[in-house]
Amino acid sequence: MSWEPVIGLEVHIQLATQSKIFSGASTAYGAAPNSQACAEDLALPGVLPVVNANVIRMAVMFGLAVDAAIAPTSVFARKHYFYPDLPKGYQISQNKLPIVSSGQLDITLDDGRSKRVRITRAHLEEDAGKSLHERFEHATGIDLNRAGTPLIECVSEPDLRSPGEAVAYARKLHALVQYLGICDGNMQEGSFRVDANVSIRPRGTTALGTRTEIKNLNSFRFMEQAIAFELERQADVLESGGQVVQETRLYDPDRGQTRGMRTKEEAHDYRYFPDPDLLPVVVDAALIEAARAALPELPQAKRERFMSDYGLADDTAQALTASRALADYFEEVVEALAQQAKAGDSAAQTHGQNVANWVMGALAGALNRDALEIADTRVSAEQLAGLLARIADGTISGKIAKEVFEALWAGEAASADAVIAARGLQQITDSGAIEALVEQVIADNPAQVQQYRDGKTKVLGYLVGQVMKASQGKANPAEANKMLAAKLAE
Amino acid sequence: MSLTADQVRKVARLARLGIDDAQVQGYADELSRIVEVFAQLEAADTDAVAPMSHPLDLVARLRADEVTESDRREAFQAAAPAIADGVYLVPKVIE
Amino acid sequence: MHTRSLAALIVARAEGRISARQLSRHFLDRIAHLDSRLNSMITVCAERAMQQAAEVDDGAVSGPLAGVPIIHKDVFCTRGVRTSCASRMLDNFIAPYDATIVAQLDSAGLVTLGKSNMDEFAMGSSSETSFYGPVKNPWNGACVPGGSSGGSAAAVAAGLAPAATGTDTGGSIRQPAAMCGVTGIKPTYGRVSRYGLIAFASSLDQAGCIARSAEDCAHVLAAMAGFDVRDSTSVNRSVPDYAAQLNGSIAGLRIGLPQEYFAAGLDAGMRAAINAAVRQLEALGATVVDIELPHTDLAMATYYVLAPAEASSNLARYDGVRYGHRCNAPRDLEDLYSRSRAEGFGREVQRRIMVGTHVLSAGYYDAYYLKAQRTRRLITQDFAQAFEQVDLIAGPVTQTPAFQLGEKLHDPVAMYRNDMYTIPASLAGIPGMSIPAGFVAGLPVGLQLLAPWFEEGRLLNAGHAFQQATDWHTQWPEGFEQ
Repeated sequence: MSWEPVIGLEVHIQLATQSKIFSGASTAYGAAPNSQACAEDLALPGVLPVVNANVIRMAVMFGLAVDAAIAPTSVFARKHYFYPDLPKGYQISQNKLPIVSSGQLDITLDDGRSKRVRITRAHLEEDAGKSLHERFEHATGIDLNRAGTPLIECVSEPDLRSPGEAVAYARKLHALVQYLGICDGNMQEGSFRVDANVSIRPRGTTALGTRTEIKNLNSFRFMEQAIAFELERQADVLESGGQVVQETRLYDPDRGQTRGMRTKEEAHDYRYFPDPDLLPVVVDAALIEAARAALPELPQAKRERFMSDYGLADDTAQALTASRALADYFEEVVEALAQQAKAGDSAAQTHGQNVANWVMGALAGALNRDALEIADTRVSAEQLAGLLARIADGTISGKIAKEVFEALWAGEAASADAVIAARGLQQITDSGAIEALVEQVIADNPAQVQQYRDGKTKVLGYLVGQVMKASQGKANPAEANKMLAAKLAE
Repeated sequence: MSLTADQVRKVARLARLGIDDAQVQGYADELSRIVEVFAQLEAADTDAVAPMSHPLDLVARLRADEVTESDRREAFQAAAPAIADGVYLVPKVIE
Repeated sequence: MHTRSLAALIVARAEGRISARQLSRHFLDRIAHLDSRLNSMITVCAERAMQQAAEVDDGAVSGPLAGVPIIHKDVFCTRGVRTSCASRMLDNFIAPYDATIVAQLDSAGLVTLGKSNMDEFAMGSSSETSFYGPVKNPWNGACVPGGSSGGSAAAVAAGLAPAATGTDTGGSIRQPAAMCGVTGIKPTYGRVSRYGLIAFASSLDQAGCIARSAEDCAHVLAAMAGFDVRDSTSVNRSVPDYAAQLNGSIAGLRIGLPQEYFAAGLDAGMRAAINAAVRQLEALGATVVDIELPHTDLAMATYYVLAPAEASSNLARYDGVRYGHRCNAPRDLEDLYSRSRAEGFGREVQRRIMVGTHVLSAGYYDAYYLKAQRTRRLITQDFAQAFEQVDLIAGPVTQTPAFQLGEKLHDPVAMYRNDMYTIPASLAGIPGMSIPAGFVAGLPVGLQLLAPWFEEGRLLNAGHAFQQATDWHTQWPEGFEQ
């Protein structure tokens, strides 16, 4: 039988605030355990929550960016369950009245088509602490530094039809929240966490099959693998006459498998009710307009601007705007190059395509090779601009520039100029030096010289190559060309 | 309206109150008498009445996003039943 | 010293006729000698009190109430002092921070003598559910003092302190004040910060105070009240100088008598005492009219759905993980939870947690919790309409005077019925006060006065006027005056 995958994602987006959603404790990552868990985060007797204004602002920005409805009044509710990393015995979340609902996000599929994914809702809630299951032999440790970190939980409709679509949606959302500056997007640190609801149904039918929820998807690659595994597993179960059990499953990246959680799964009864310690949050028109005014340029607009401002092709512009960090890097290089080029005579904007080639070429290649994100690049925008400036002013050739780039990447020196100087890579433009090289090449290649003089002028390219080789690539090729032609004409 | 022994076991489980079998019937009787009082509410016509969560008709006052709390781990953990290396300990949980 | 009013002690201390140390020493001695008869205190902090008193005497701490001793209900967090909420669960809990009102009263110069006994987690109407044993009524040691602020009320009635703090969720200040013959005020919800008040039912809990007179309450309340950025439900509104505004005149004040508070069930002796008190108010120039609060009969059911629901949630944090009672050698996480909680909470608390869990659970939420939220609005609207006609509402606080210890402990519904006149004001969030208005069979009777939202000043002034003309509030229980 042919099965149709039905996938919806629940994405937990940690908001990049200074302090927690309901307390004044720091949200900084990596502090000593429990050193950032204040009285409120620990749920000491008598403490009370107070809502962080920045959290509301960020949620409104997010809602605007996904064309969603912003609730004029939203209500925080308590969701009850017992777990040691949930200090109050309930999580403050939003249930019946979430701050954001009915949004959408357009994704681009592999074949270039566009698909609209509906966002059911995005509500605010507090994160739980961390349970350290591995650290002690006979105990689980509880670190509550993360408890109370603000989260947006963004829930999509089950609109996704393949692991690839799910990843495309998650990547788009990941890029968007970083564009908005509301999340640092760091998946290793848990700033952007994805749970996938996965089911299958016979192709051509509309009823939803029983779904499982896969947790612990902390990279896009694992997400794709986990969903693909789970789709196959469900198909195997159904095809062998079994039934899919509704359950929560964990993805084990080492084995490439999902497995049911061992903790006894009970029917949940969260007993939601409006948190009596908090009052309804009102978002008025003024707040919405302020958030709208604060919205940065979003990916689609940036892509269009890159095409018009820098004359880039659509696919190049799309690739450069896939993340805000990459787009910002690109523009920083262009700008720095323009600054440096002012001294010379080149028009900065004409460098756009050239910069794009380097960012998507050498830089992207190096990042990919070392499995780094743009934020961790070893060649800064300033350094790359310095390198491109030396190509532009003829100090080095494009070929030598690749060598300089790798030297910068390896951290050999702080700037392109320093690498060029240290390695003696400066182009030979001195006509006396080039003339000596040219004369040597003419003397060493009598047969080719004769061919040229017999009218086979194509052989000039070979002779120029010999000059470049003799100069170890440092001769100015145009100069060598000109001088060779002149000497041969003598 | 009354609570059966099974319902008492269910709510005790939800509330993580370990009551033994000998106590269940006693609680069932007491809780049933309390829940019987709630029958008074049925008579009230509340179709046109909005639920009231809070005595005053106010909206949330928001806090500036500032770090105001410092590390007081030592003081807070003075009362902790079991700690090691700054983390709270509970019996091992296997997920 | 203990027979003088708090207002008089302020003056005496300010004029140097008495020192803060002398004051504290005197009341600490009384606690040491007399409290064995009452069990009104859970923790006495003599050393800390003397230190605070010394700071007042040395001029390091000043403030309008400098040097006046006070007792805090053990529901308020006090830094460095055990804060137990009368529960085994928190028997070992030394609060690492101060409740806002504790800090405010400290800076007003009040000296904390200790922490008073109460019903466990403030759940009760008799102060019998305490892990530390029941409190006894100073007027009759076989009777309860009321609850849940029974320790505070009994201590003030016995002259162990000029004033005490309390909390009122469904009557827990007014009812014990009435049963112990002292004056207690529950302000408007939001008037006093709840930060550091260990929550029972968050949408109902309100801190207030108990003292020997309305005038004394006016001094303490002014120091407690006010906006707190740490409490989202606290109201940003200026606090009047209640004591300065007491003019003792209620001429022309319109007072409503809700007929529902005088229906069957009200003890005949109580009825006579309340009627006499109402005639006294009339004699002072007030106009008295009958009013209706037609949804009063829904109040008890409404309250006993909503308060346990919130309590079941508020008490979920006591899990034996970060503080508080942990059972011995838990087998696993579930055992840790269920045994720590079963051992740490007393029966009434467990009962309410179960009721609250039940009314919030799937299948019951709409019929119970949501329905009660709607009837709460009906009850609130009754008051809003009544206050279009009258300035104050008067009636009894309780149906009967203090009952026998143990009499209702095993009949929760009979116990809950005790609160039927005090619950409606709690549901509406309006301020209420109890003032002494006579005796029935040697036990005090309380007159309840209710005012519109944020009209605490009107309540205190009416109480003060009444107390200028009567001497019920100056009576002493036998054996405690000397």
